[in-house]
Amino acid sequence: MQATYLEAIRRGLWEEMERDPNVFLLGEDIGVYGGAFKVTAGMLAHFGEKRVVDTPIAESAIVGAAIGASLMGLRPVAEMQFSDFITCAYDQIVNFAAKCRYRWDASVPIVIRAPSGGGIHGGPFHSQNPEALFTHTPGLKVVCPATARDAKGLIKAAIRDNDPVLFFEHKGLYRRIKEDIPEDDYTVPIGKAAVAREGRDLTIVTYGAMLYVALDAAEILDKEGVSAEVIDLRTVQPIDDETILASVRKTSKVLVLHEATLTGGVGGEIASRIAETAFDHLDGPVMRVAAPDTPVPFSAPLEEAFLPNVDRVLEKARALAAY
Amino acid sequence: MGTAQAMLSTRDRASAATPQAEFARNALYYMKLMREVEDRIERKLYRQGKILGGVYVGRGQEAIPVGAGLHAEPGDVLFPSHRDMALYFIRGVHPRQIFAQYMGRTGGLTRGRDGNMHMGDMKLNIVAIISAMAASVPVSVGAAMALRYKGTRNIAFNFFGDGATSRGDWHEGLNLAAVQKAPVVFVCNNNQYAYSTPLEKQMACANVADRAPGYGIPAEIVDGNDVAAVHEAVGRAAAHAREGLGPYLVECKTFRMTGHSAHDAADYVPKQLFDEWSGRDPIERWQNRAVAEGHLTRDDVRQMDEEIRREMDAAIAWAEASPYPDPADLTRNVYEER
Repeated sequence: MQATYLEAIRRGLWEEMERDPNVFLLGEDIGVYGGAFKVTAGMLAHFGEKRVVDTPIAESAIVGAAIGASLMGLRPVAEMQFSDFITCAYDQIVNFAAKCRYRWDASVPIVIRAPSGGGIHGGPFHSQNPEALFTHTPGLKVVCPATARDAKGLIKAAIRDNDPVLFFEHKGLYRRIKEDIPEDDYTVPIGKAAVAREGRDLTIVTYGAMLYVALDAAEILDKEGVSAEVIDLRTVQPIDDETILASVRKTSKVLVLHEATLTGGVGGEIASRIAETAFDHLDGPVMRVAAPDTPVPFSAPLEEAFLPNVDRVLEKARALAAY
Repeated sequence: MGTAQAMLSTRDRASAATPQAEFARNALYYMKLMREVEDRIERKLYRQGKILGGVYVGRGQEAIPVGAGLHAEPGDVLFPSHRDMALYFIRGVHPRQIFAQYMGRTGGLTRGRDGNMHMGDMKLNIVAIISAMAASVPVSVGAAMALRYKGTRNIAFNFFGDGATSRGDWHEGLNLAAVQKAPVVFVCNNNQYAYSTPLEKQMACANVADRAPGYGIPAEIVDGNDVAAVHEAVGRAAAHAREGLGPYLVECKTFRMTGHSAHDAADYVPKQLFDEWSGRDPIERWQNRAVAEGHLTRDDVRQMDEEIRREMDAAIAWAEASPYPDPADLTRNVYEER
């Protein structure tokens, strides 16, 4: 079955709503309007107001209410209209949801969906990739699917997970990615990376929309005689060390690529883990390609310069290959 | 029946009495128990260095958790704040678990993972507070929505202080509760100080209850040092919520008879305020009234006091014998373990 990345998420939500009467949705404009990006289109008509709840513009209340409902045994899926607004609910996420199990053995099985990412001229408040704000909080799981197949399998896995899961869906992929996805009831395990392309000479570790930049770069590198392996993390907390290290042992050279800004990003954590546990296998420095440490700019030439692209990946990859 | 409730023979006799006598006895018992446990923690164990971290007590405010908490049905969910210890006793938590909690022992509700009043247990339908005030407000709204979602007539009780009503979560939570007609009772203990900040620097309106109509929520103000008045008001609020009419706010006027915490001498509070409010002690008032109305005798009260005191020593000994958590378990239970 052909589905866009957006349809895949919608189907995943729909199937879980059909499967489990405890699953319900809440968020801004998700009901009558079907969501700012139409991910929940048609769901109010099908499932009713009890299970598709339009809320006031109050992200902290949305996440707080999701936490409260989950403590009572429901499985809420909260939508942040844009991931940029998730910081309004930061305390609820990092202090309430993330710490309940550790402090007092309470499960908080919530999913927070957050459309993230740039490339749509959304400017500083509709383009960010805030995943690293949450990978630094123990107790949270953070998922960033890149493919339609994974988007559906991961949203279903997230809903079934008994811990709080942040689901960063890249809005630039919503309608751009269309592919065959299985029609059956499948999940994709949280915490497991995928080898998106096999290679011998160097490894590009990435996730989210940057997967496609990595694959395009790998194609060009291949013509230059450099065989690049591409790893799609899919989940950035917990990180799949095993898959990364297996690739490092094979290629001995690693480049980490993400759309989020450089400092304090997921790339630094991955570089550290590789340096600590696979130093003997390395034939060159672990390199990073990420957005520069600036807000996401609005105007087209600025945003194009901001977002990591194939040329920047090639530049670093060629330097790495030369080691 | 929880262990704390089964503890006292004086209370057991109440089951044969009139509902008024039973309430009189229960209310007095839980207020006294809270006072005694907190006194032991703050005035003895803390000073002996046996308590880890901070101590925040509700001395002088006992009528609020007791008057409200006695309305809670087993399926209702409670969101205590940090000066509401009696709610735990009403739900069957034993004083020894509270002592162990304050000592950082495994016998505490959080097994040493968190301290003092930061404790909960979903088997008892009590949700643990976090330190950011009012964070529990939207959480309680979601819990109330879930109770309705499941088709029950159960409700949520959310407790907070005057200071908490300055936070955004309070306002977002009240607004969502109102829009959703969520079955939640908001109980404010307005003790007139948020740490060192007096009410007039906390808000420009006269009452916390004044804020509720702005959200379309009915509210009333009661004497928070009168356990019967609190009980009656919260009874109206709970009935309102159970009937599906939505949230309701009860503002209980009281006074914090201590500093913010055990290390705070509260020099910023004018002494005459303490003097004035010490004459309105909720326990003394209720005890005198209950005896005057014939619900209890002086002997009953004396026996209740003695039994509570006797129980304390055993509870503290139990807590001190409870082991500290094992550092080998430090990284466990961050995520679900399968």
